[in-house]
Formats: sequence, structure tokens, C-alpha cells
Amino acid sequence: MPPGPALPRLLRAGVRPRPQLLTRTTPGPARPSGRTLGSAAAPAVSDPEGDSGLNDRILREPLKHSDFFNVKELFSVRSLFDARVHLGHKAGCRHRFMEPYIFGSRLDQDIIDLEQTAAHLQLALNFTAHVAYRQGIILFVGRNRQFSHLIENTARDCGEYAHTRYFKGGLLTNAPLLLGPMVRLPDLIIFLHTLNNVFEPHVAVRDAAKMNIPTVGVVDTNCNPTLITYPVPGNDDSPPSIQLFCRLFRTTINRAKEKRRQVEALYRLQGRAGAEGRSPASAPSPGA
Amino acid sequence: MWKGGEDGKPPRKAGRREPRLGPRSWILRLRHTTVVSTKKNIAALRRETYTLDFIKKQIEEFNIGKRHLANMMGEDPETFTQEDIDRAIAYLFPSGLFEKRARPIMKHPEQIFPKQRAIQWGEDGRPFHFLFYTGKPSYYSLMHEAYGKILDVEKHQNQLRAQGLFSEKTKTKDLIGSRWLIKEELEEILVEKLSDQDYAHFIRLLERLLTLQRGGAEEEFVQRFRRSITIQSKKQLIEPVRYDEQGMAFSRSEGRRKSAEAEAVVYAHGSGRVSVNGTHYLRYFPVTQDREQLMFPFHFLDRLGKHDVACTVSGGGRAAQAGAIRLAVARALCTFVTEEEVEWMRQAGLLTADLRVRERKKPGQEGARRKFTWKKR
Repeated sequence: MPPGPALPRLLRAGVRPRPQLLTRTTPGPARPSGRTLGSAAAPAVSDPEGDSGLNDRILREPLKHSDFFNVKELFSVRSLFDARVHLGHKAGCRHRFMEPYIFGSRLDQDIIDLEQTAAHLQLALNFTAHVAYRQGIILFVGRNRQFSHLIENTARDCGEYAHTRYFKGGLLTNAPLLLGPMVRLPDLIIFLHTLNNVFEPHVAVRDAAKMNIPTVGVVDTNCNPTLITYPVPGNDDSPPSIQLFCRLFRTTINRAKEKRRQVEALYRLQGRAGAEGRSPASAPSPGA
Repeated sequence: MWKGGEDGKPPRKAGRREPRLGPRSWILRLRHTTVVSTKKNIAALRRETYTLDFIKKQIEEFNIGKRHLANMMGEDPETFTQEDIDRAIAYLFPSGLFEKRARPIMKHPEQIFPKQRAIQWGEDGRPFHFLFYTGKPSYYSLMHEAYGKILDVEKHQNQLRAQGLFSEKTKTKDLIGSRWLIKEELEEILVEKLSDQDYAHFIRLLERLLTLQRGGAEEEFVQRFRRSITIQSKKQLIEPVRYDEQGMAFSRSEGRRKSAEAEAVVYAHGSGRVSVNGTHYLRYFPVTQDREQLMFPFHFLDRLGKHDVACTVSGGGRAAQAGAIRLAVARALCTFVTEEEVEWMRQAGLLTADLRVRERKKPGQEGARRKFTWKKR
């Protein structure tokens, strides 16, 4: 399927500004947002001067570019192929909704179309980078015990959170009771395995959709991609493939956070110098 | 409900009124009515959470109170230990309650208030622990750490094997004499509730780490979760041998049974003479059964005619006194006997005090256990 007509629609979906994050310019007492019931939407840590104009600019600037964090350079179709991302399950395990993403099947094993994977992966990484830039909470979820340790290490290295253990029923939907009265729910959930140990869709997929939490997910040929906001068709069973995905997510998140620190430092300097009206030199990639 | 009563009040019974002295002197006895509150005390239903400030204040109050108490007792406030506090409280507030936990106590607030978790996220709402969203961060981070150590050890082993330096050494270090932490102890350490499966999984992980060859760091990690069992010392308290004025070797010890207390002096060499409270034991214990009790320790050790016994006994009844003397004699005999024979005596039950006392009668029953006759109709 040609990525042309599909991409702009998806791009527009990612770029649409989220009102509740933009209007919160001053750190005040946390009020419950419309999105997550019973949890406090955290104030974005604003610069000490409390200048709403600068804060708005910090948040709006990355949205003007289609690939502000230059996530395209982190991978290529060749690197995906080398990491065996294109290998799917046998044709009997195929999920009906994954058929658009499958290139074909060889010797009864499904092969995933890496061109589509590349496009979806770029959108997903871009979205993750934007969420990390806006200091959102990212939760890594995966239930394959072989990679549980790796996923937890990845989450710890980028300063985000992981949940690769038994998922208690009401963790997202009944969070005030299970986690604490004024808990802040994740702003993005990244699924490295969409299925749980009994080959059923992970409960968090449905719960995140219920709680209006966007999700990024690596979907294999036996998974259901419909409830995931940014599905990334790819192999979720081979070690090199999962290691590649972990590395990609870690790099994007670190990059986005570094960019945020740089931009804040820059604006703080500008604010102290008292110079107004100077737009910040937009450097698209902090490091090549 | 009530008949009559023009103003809706319950009719006053005649017997309740005081003698007619005037309208003012009618004393209306207040009828006790229970007020049914319809509000649910939700805060009491939920588990009480103590804030950090509250605990800090309690600690300050405890320290100030400790100094006051020391001044009251005339002791130095600087060197006033917890045992001194306990003694002072027991002196100032004597209590006859049987339940020790119901008596007044004055302890450091950390021992009184249960340990609770502090708020686990910062001002911006981001939790501190990276496994916060699992619900049991401490437990799962422990599992993560243990598994990480297993992976490291395996990697190290693979490297050694690749270089050919791997040697199959199985060292079973001193795991004897120590036990794994029990689930309650682990819950206390982690301040989290665990299920039995979680606990079993954790122990299995640690045992897997133990089967591999591990270095010092991993050993230390595992030892954190082992507790030493105090081996039941089989050594009985053996009285030392004493010598009286004539140079005769003897040993004295005590024994108790029900409310009888006995003190026995057993001489190392003798001809089997036993005197109880100054009288010959044949006169003191006319019943054969009691004399057999006295003889049993000697009979067991085949030393029937070889020791002299002089004992004093008071309290109890006939059989109780016999039992008390038996215990005292057995304990005294330990001095003159080998350790193996002491162990045999212990296994025979000669050295164990008999704790049985008369059970009290309970209300609603005829005796301690006997119930009243049950009649069908």
C-alpha cells in the first residue's frame, strides 16, 4: 500500500495541538483535567520567570516542523531488515487487521512490509519525542518474560517508567485506589509486546483507550492494531528486533529531553539578557 | 408506640415521680436513648495514614517526655535508656492487667506507629521509582536486581568457559544454620503487601542464584535475605560439683511441680539413703508410686545404690512433691554423669519441668471441660 495518501492524515493527527497542555502555563494547584479522571494533570515545569509567552514558544516551536527531532536518521529499512523486524508468525496465526501491513508470505511465514514499518516507526518516534519534550510520563509495557529485564533497563536509562509484570485489573481505570489519591497517569504508553502470556491482547491496550492515553505499539502479525494510536508493524519475538526498538526509543527520549533542557537554558539566558522578540535559532537536530 | 402522651413524650410512670412538693421538684429521669448516626465514618474505615510531620512531632514529644521522666525519677536525662523508661513507667503506673500489651508503654514512635510509605512522586507528579506503575515497586525492583545479578554471573561464566578457565566447583557454603526470610519479614522490609506466589518466586530466584558460582557481591546480596537459626542448644544447665566441710562431693539443685518446690542435695558417693525434710523417705512417702518416682532417675542410670539424697520439699500435694523431688534429683545427677547420659535423660523427659497445672472451671460448664448434661427438650 503506497504510504502517500495515508501519511498526511496520520501526520496531521499527531501534530494537532493538545489544548490542556498548552493552557497550563503557570504551576498552580493541580486540577483534574478532562482526560484523566481522578488524577492530577501535572503543571509543566515552567521557567522561573513565569513568562507565559516564552513557555508557549517553547511548546509551539517543535510543532511547526514535521520532524523536529530528526528521528529519521536513527534507523533505515536496511537496519530494520538486519534486526529481523520483517519476520512475522506463520500464516495460521495471522490477524485479519494486520493484512494491510503484510508484504507477503514465504514458506508459510508472513513477512511484514518494511516500507510501511519505516513510515509508522518514524511517526511513532516523532510522537514519543514530542511527548518526552513536553515532559510527559512514558510507560513501557511488555509481557514477554525473555525481554522483561531489557525493557526495565531501557526505561530506567531514559528516566521513564516500565511495567513488565502482572498487570492488575484496575491499574489505569481505578488508579486513585490502587496507586494513591492524586496520582498522575502516564501520558504515553509504549507497548513492546501487545499480547500477554496467553496470546490475548494486553489489558493496558483497552484501558489506555478508555482513559484517553495515546499508545505506541510494536504489533506482530498475530496482534490487533486497531486500538493502538501509533502501531508499528514489526517482529516482537526476536532479541535483535526488540533490542533495536528499545535502543530507538531510548535514543529518541534522551534526545528530546536534552533538546528541552537546551531550549529552556537558552530561553532563560534570553530572558535574563532582556532581549525580546528574538526567535530562537531552531536547530533541528542536537547531534548527528 | 406509646398510648396517651399529649405532647408526644413518653408517659411518665407513677413510680418515677418524686413526692409531690411542687411542679419544679418533679425530677424526670433521663431515659437513655441511643442516637443512631447515619453518617458513615469513612475516615475511620480507611486505614489511618500518618503524615511525616505528625510522626516528627510525636518523636519530639517523646524526647521531651523522656527528659521529664528522667527528672521525675531523679536520673540523668542524658543517659536515660529505654529500659530505664520501662522501669519508670512500670513504677509510676502500676498495672495489674494480665495482657502485657495492654499495660501503659512509652516507646519511640517508630516502634508504635506502623511504617508507611511516603508520597512517591514529586511536585510535578512524576513518581520517583521507575517501577512505580507496577503497584509494588520495591518488590519488583528487588526481583529486577536479583535477575540482573544472575545474568551477570552467567555472562561471567560464559566468558570463563570461552577462555577455558571455567572449573566445575560446587561450594555449598554454610547454608546450614540459616534460613530464608519468611514472608512477613520480607513484607516488613519492603513495606508492601506480597502474595504467596510473589514470595515463592523471589525465593526461587535467590536459590537459582545460589546454584551458580557467584562472587563476593552476589554472596552478600543473598546473605541479606538469610537469617541464622539459633540452634537449640542441647546442653542442659549442669550444676558444678561442690564440696562440703567433710570433703564430700555433692550437687544441689531445685525442681518444681504444680505448686510444690523441692531442693535436692545429691552426694556423689553413698549407699542409697534418701531423706526428705529430715525423715526417711519410707515414712514420708507411704505410697509406693511416689517412691518409684524418686527412684526413677537412679534406676534409669543404673546407679541405684550409689548416691545419697537429702532433700527439702514444701507445697503441693503428695504426687506433686514426688514429681518436684524427681526433677531436682535428675538435675543434680547431671553433674556426676557423662554428657551422653545427660542427653539420654533429656530424651527420657527427666530433665523437663512438667508445666501441667489444674485448669480452671469455666462458667456455663460444670468443670474445666465437662459440660452440663444436654437435654434435647
